[in-house]
Amino acid sequence: MLIFLLRRVMQACFVMIIISLISFAIQDKLGDPVQQMVGMSVSQDERNQIRNELGLNDGFFLQYWRFAKGAIHGDLGTSYYYKEPALDVILEKLPATLELAFCSILLVILVATPCGVLAAIKPKHMLSRLLMIISSIGLSVPIFIVAILMVYIFSIELNMAPSFGRGQTIEIFGLWESGLFTKDGLKHLLLPSLTLAIALMPIFVRLIRAEMMEVLQSEYIRFAWSKGLSARRIYFKHALKNTMLPVITVGGIQAGTLVAYTILTETIFQWPGMGFLFMDAVSRVDTPLVSAYLIVVGGIFVITNTFVDLIYGLVNPTVRLASHGL
Amino acid sequence: MKKKVIIVCCLALLFWNKATATTLRMAFDADPISLDPHEQLSEGTLQFSHLVFDPLLRWKQNGQFEHRLATKWERIDNLTMRFHLRHNVTFSTGNPFTAKDVVYTIERLKKSPDFRAMFDTIKSVSMIDDYTIDVHTTYTNPLLLNIMTYVFPMDKIFYQNQDQIIKYGETFASRNVSGTGPFILTERELGSRMELERNPNYWDTTSIGNVDKIILTPIRADSTRLAALLSGDVDFIFPVSPIDIERTKKIKGIQLVTLHSTRILLLHMNQQRRKEFQDIRVRKAINLAVNQPLIVDKILKGYAIPAGQLSSDRFLGHINNLEPEYDLTKALELMKEAGYEKGFRISMMAPNNRYMNDEKVAQAITAMLSRINITVDLKTLPKAQYFKEFDNRSADMMMLGWQSDTMDSNNLFEFIIACPDAKTGMGAYNASEYCRSYIDDDIRQANREMNPERRLRLMQQIERTLYNDAAIVPLYWQSLTWAAKDKVKIQDIVNDQNYPHIGDLFIEE
Repeated sequence: MLIFLLRRVMQACFVMIIISLISFAIQDKLGDPVQQMVGMSVSQDERNQIRNELGLNDGFFLQYWRFAKGAIHGDLGTSYYYKEPALDVILEKLPATLELAFCSILLVILVATPCGVLAAIKPKHMLSRLLMIISSIGLSVPIFIVAILMVYIFSIELNMAPSFGRGQTIEIFGLWESGLFTKDGLKHLLLPSLTLAIALMPIFVRLIRAEMMEVLQSEYIRFAWSKGLSARRIYFKHALKNTMLPVITVGGIQAGTLVAYTILTETIFQWPGMGFLFMDAVSRVDTPLVSAYLIVVGGIFVITNTFVDLIYGLVNPTVRLASHGL
Repeated sequence: MKKKVIIVCCLALLFWNKATATTLRMAFDADPISLDPHEQLSEGTLQFSHLVFDPLLRWKQNGQFEHRLATKWERIDNLTMRFHLRHNVTFSTGNPFTAKDVVYTIERLKKSPDFRAMFDTIKSVSMIDDYTIDVHTTYTNPLLLNIMTYVFPMDKIFYQNQDQIIKYGETFASRNVSGTGPFILTERELGSRMELERNPNYWDTTSIGNVDKIILTPIRADSTRLAALLSGDVDFIFPVSPIDIERTKKIKGIQLVTLHSTRILLLHMNQQRRKEFQDIRVRKAINLAVNQPLIVDKILKGYAIPAGQLSSDRFLGHINNLEPEYDLTKALELMKEAGYEKGFRISMMAPNNRYMNDEKVAQAITAMLSRINITVDLKTLPKAQYFKEFDNRSADMMMLGWQSDTMDSNNLFEFIIACPDAKTGMGAYNASEYCRSYIDDDIRQANREMNPERRLRLMQQIERTLYNDAAIVPLYWQSLTWAAKDKVKIQDIVNDQNYPHIGDLFIEE
């Protein structure tokens, strides 16, 4: 276990260095940050002066060195727009994104698992067929169309949920601005988390169905049947547990997709989270914030994947951690 | 007894009703980057300035000046103008407003990187008494009043000694604010929310404005912003994208207000990069091949005015009968005459998120130029990257939109037409590299000419030369479209510079 974690930390450091290098290299391609800070009529001289003050005229490696030195001390630069340390800005927006992601994952688990199992147990049932059709449609419709449709139906036509923003939040433990505990906050959460869940759900329904069907064909299940175990026990105790193994792996990989989808969902619903912040930072050429975001997200990836490997061990004890993950 | 209770209850209800604040929830595409009105010369900053500060004078919808903190002004001589200031005005901190604050503000403007180019013309400001100042200019300046619309007096006692302007760092002024304006900032979450409350001591008691509270949310995506209005989550939005306008018009309870702005969209033909563009026949042919009315009609759905010149009809240099001309046969003939019958290949760049439908307009122009055998390699970029390319003059043809800060033609000429000169900053956006020294002379003269007649002639002369020379391709003047609920009377408070005077906004109960 310890060796595993140690290896993982080393891996993570390596990944982080590469991410930071890449995020630094693309900065130049995003545009000119000074252009965003000044009005149209400001002269080139003035602009150059600001550029000098910011150190933007220095060579790439000098700039990277400065950045890396700060990063070791936990300083990922100062956002041009927010005028605060980039890391603080991101951490401030993190709760909003985590709550959104959490709610949609919850929805996915609660809906996708029973649907997948049903589709596997009774593949010929009308409902299963309908589920498969719906999931095919869900896979092929882009998320922004889902989002716009949601807004149109639920907020414009039915006036059930607000179309943008996060609503009322309250502070928990003095460090977490949460929208989960107010009625207004939950109302605002409804559409974005539903959209996000719809984007992720089909793939899980299909995966659980396929895996479960395969497991149901295996020897030990047949043996269980012949032993006369109850159907419930076979389906949910024996079959489902083994089905979940690949599902968890895919879930870990899907965490990446989730991040990408939060960017889209947050932009459409004006959800004040990290993804929205990132889109804004890109359009404002707030390069320190963009780099910091990429590094934080990279960090989240590494951590979730480590967790996935740990959960793996819990679900299936035959998987040995030390030999796994490298 | 029972009756009394009911009466008391009714009364209470009545008062409670009165006491509930009229709240305006508005969603614009951007919010101010800083609370410091001198940090950036941008639409967001100026909109904010009109809420929390008051200008000395401001533009009315009809293009006239309206007195605000200046109650009267008069010319003393050619270089001096006297401003009389309003009495009994206080800042939100409670400090009284006096001439000292105005002097302080103008001096600070002269230090701001964004504003100093405009305020360079002011040599000094002297205080005559507590409510009178004299503004001295270096040369005669016919546009002094236009420039003074940018003076939003700041609270000297509050700001002084901690008033540095830094564009990329935190300063006192970027986080704290004290103005005389109709609203007082109460809460701000940068990039997502701003709350303002009505200034209870506001001097302008004659205003019909009844907004007690403003909640401003910047919503960047067009569809989200419109959806927020339609679902009733906000009351007032800007902008409305052209494709949504027709649809929005049909919805009950929603009103649309459109004004023509003075922002001109144009194409530069770079004569340094391409020798073909040095031939006036080619430039004329391109001008003839571009069909402005069609672009306005089909792509902008009529929400613009086709332009044959730079100055909109609000500006002094505007010439009434200068219309864009479209004649394909003539254009082809000219190309043949110039020896380019088979045409040539050029590169073109345009932004894709800066102006209304900019990318589609650029694509349409590509198609129009192909009719005279000019093959265009079009590249469109987000504005953040585009203007970097623009500064580098990276393509043979480039699109530009320009709004005159001074509401005067000469500002257009100075930045877009004058010979590029890094030292003076003239021609900074002249990506045509078109250079006529006599136009530069006219521009300089117009900057100092006090006689309106002569000034008009000078500027019309420039406009005429540009037309005859086919120096650039003017496209259209973009319109501005706001949308609001019917009960929000935005009709009278919006203007073509897009600084809504929300202090005067009336909302029906």
